[in-house]
Amino acid sequence: MRAPRLLDPVAASARPRRFAWGRATLAASAVVAAALASIPLVYLVVRVAGAESGAVAETLLRPRTAQLAANTVGLVAAVSVACLVLGVATAWVLARTDLPLRRTWTVLAALPLAIPSYVAAFGWVALTPVRGFWGSLIVLTLCNVPLVTLPTLAALRQADRAQEDVARTLGRSRTRAFAEVTWPQVRPAALAGVLLVALYVLSDFGAVALMRFQAFTWAIHAAYTSSFDPTLAAVMATVLAAMGVALVVAERAMRGRQTRFGSTVAARGTVQPVVLGPWRVPVQVALAAIAALSLGVPLGALLRYLGSQPSSGTVVSAGDVAADALTTVGLAAAGALIALALALPIGILAARHPSRLATGAESASYVGLALPGIVVGLSLVYFSLQVVPALYQSVWILAFAYGVLFLPKAVGAVRSSIERVEPGLEDVARTLGSGVAGTWMRVTARIAAPGIGAGALLVALTAMKELPATLLLRPTTTDTLATSLWRLTDISAYAAAAPYALALVVVAAVPVVLLTREAVAGATRVEEFE
Amino acid sequence: MRSTTVLTGIVVASLSLAACTSSGEADAEPTATAAAEPVSDGELVVYSGRSEDLVQPLIDDFQEASGVAVEVRYADTTELAALLQEEGDATPADVYFAQDAGALGAVAKAGLVATLPEDISSAVDAGHTSTDGSWVGVTGRARVFVIDSEQVDQASAPTTAAELTDPEWSGQVGIAPTNASFQSFVTALRVLEGEDAARAWLEDMVANDVQIYSNNTAILEAAQAGEIQVGLINHYYWYRLESELGTDAMRAQLVFPESGDAAGIVNVAGAALMAGAAEDADAIAFLEYLVSEDGQQYFVEATYEYPLVSGVEAPDGLPEIGSLTNTDLDLSDLDSLSETTALLAEVGLL
Repeated sequence: MRAPRLLDPVAASARPRRFAWGRATLAASAVVAAALASIPLVYLVVRVAGAESGAVAETLLRPRTAQLAANTVGLVAAVSVACLVLGVATAWVLARTDLPLRRTWTVLAALPLAIPSYVAAFGWVALTPVRGFWGSLIVLTLCNVPLVTLPTLAALRQADRAQEDVARTLGRSRTRAFAEVTWPQVRPAALAGVLLVALYVLSDFGAVALMRFQAFTWAIHAAYTSSFDPTLAAVMATVLAAMGVALVVAERAMRGRQTRFGSTVAARGTVQPVVLGPWRVPVQVALAAIAALSLGVPLGALLRYLGSQPSSGTVVSAGDVAADALTTVGLAAAGALIALALALPIGILAARHPSRLATGAESASYVGLALPGIVVGLSLVYFSLQVVPALYQSVWILAFAYGVLFLPKAVGAVRSSIERVEPGLEDVARTLGSGVAGTWMRVTARIAAPGIGAGALLVALTAMKELPATLLLRPTTTDTLATSLWRLTDISAYAAAAPYALALVVVAAVPVVLLTREAVAGATRVEEFE
Repeated sequence: MRSTTVLTGIVVASLSLAACTSSGEADAEPTATAAAEPVSDGELVVYSGRSEDLVQPLIDDFQEASGVAVEVRYADTTELAALLQEEGDATPADVYFAQDAGALGAVAKAGLVATLPEDISSAVDAGHTSTDGSWVGVTGRARVFVIDSEQVDQASAPTTAAELTDPEWSGQVGIAPTNASFQSFVTALRVLEGEDAARAWLEDMVANDVQIYSNNTAILEAAQAGEIQVGLINHYYWYRLESELGTDAMRAQLVFPESGDAAGIVNVAGAALMAGAAEDADAIAFLEYLVSEDGQQYFVEATYEYPLVSGVEAPDGLPEIGSLTNTDLDLSDLDSLSETTALLAEVGLL
């Protein structure tokens, strides 16, 4: 989400020349980070370029490709719209009304992030008859709504209430006031969330596979694992990557047209919330229903299997689960650090020195998110064997894969957090004699840190749930919660798999709760500095 | 905005980086031959396409007997074949233990394996192993139909693949197109009936609303739950579920297809020695163990598969392997897997 710039951009470009060196270093680091993030794309280009052009054309033009593309586009569109509507509505209720137990509802609205989509799909398959397109739509929507709810909630809390009230005073209905005044202010945040949702749906494999919906990823996976000619898979993955790039460009176009509606003194928190009145019960019933569907169904299925008798030969000890949980957390943390290291130059450049280079680097960083994990996994098998064979099948390559896969989440957080730091504050610090580095450390980094930390948490959270790249790249005897879960469900040992799934949900819930606090606290923190 | 130009620039830059480092693919390597005097280093890496619960007890037995430390990487047979090809010569694997002759054939064809020592390749009768010593068969598995006994009588159950295209079974048949064993059946269909007949059968199945599942287990569960009436699986999945649930709880029942029909072929699981391990005594010892009496007996008892070494008895209740084996079909014919997957992709099943 791109917060509006408070200072005229001219002010930034009029800064002294001595910044040039730092800026060059920053730009160079951003280019290196973007190049590293493009490794999967490069791998695809190498694979496709190595194939006969006839075979490529044949694969592209066969009716099956169009059918798969239609399936995937339909699913992405449906889930995006559903998440946008549900997410914005939920965020509005949480931010603007006199809803009781608001904190609890906020946490409940965020918690589905802790449930991997394949675990949710498993729950739905076990307890309900829904399958195919509708099953995929339900599961992916419920799992991804928080990606829209949380940023929209934070944006609503920071949005200028006074203008909405003015619009109301001038005779606008509540709906029109929201549409004409509030929506433009939260649109960038909501759209950024929808972009993450759309890219996730594009690359999701677990849920569509369990729902037996033939999306692109399903076909890519089938091609990689069963045809020993990788061209078919690479061509299809390239099509998927192109769709991802199209989504990023579309979101940027929509986001780019925003204008600042702000006044210097924003009215926040002082205005009376909307009184729900007779709507109080139905609204809470709706929130409870969403929580029951997104959390209750998967957890219900897990608990049912947890209670059943484990099949012979697969006994799970608490120690096994705990060991896997430690590995999972360690790898996710390392992945988050790598993502952060790659994201910092790109995010800072995009926030402070917007340019074609910055935009290009930022777009390149989004590529990983659109590709299925197996493509990123195979590309890093190829890359690590070519460049750093000694690190092949080590935890480092796996952590690096996480960093590349989930980089956009970190880039978005870095950029928006730094944009939120008013450049005027930095100028004040400089005037008061603080050096460039000192200003960054004491002012910019300090104010931006919580938001950047939230981005790192989001990366760690997503990395914990990652499966296909983990399976390909992990060291041979290393298991994470996700791979143990896969191993056991693959042989239908659901009773034995349930503790791993529950442990995964519990471990992933920790960053989610921290993220919720961040979304709630974000508003107050910014206020302190305005 | 010209951001796409910059994006392209970045991709090109990192492409050239890749070009500098790329040292070419590892195809067309000559197949190595096991040296006369293999050396033991006490360590072994196995890529296993067979699941951990089935294989690990056997590995533990081998470790105890030999003192060799074994590391096993478990994944899908086909995924490992893709991984082995991506790794080429750099693979850490010494042995590839696969669920399927087709995957072994593909890895052998890519020149990634060493020719097995004579005593290993001759342990298994011809017809159930490779013809050129590039891999050895370990166990036999019969392709069967599983039916939901509440909806289908044993008497009226289909016994040939051809019957399944009948409108009677519309929307009622489950297959797993990504599964290696299913693909071997399609290959057999191509070999036995010809390309056109195989394509026609697949197209008719798609037109008959065939249900797609991800693997044998999912098909068996669907039949057990009455979700489908007929499924195409390997025989031992049913026996494993029976041992878990008890005979009385089995709503799903097996039907052995007509002798000679492609739907009833006997496929094998097997193992290969990777080229880099041609002189690794530990890897060779492990392969010897797989075709030893102890190793074969383990599979009979733990997985209900057919032993392939003479002198070891098949599990009770199974038809004679000889009555199922198709004399018109050589397992080495099943390595034309890429033609099969191309066909499956063409008819829209992949």
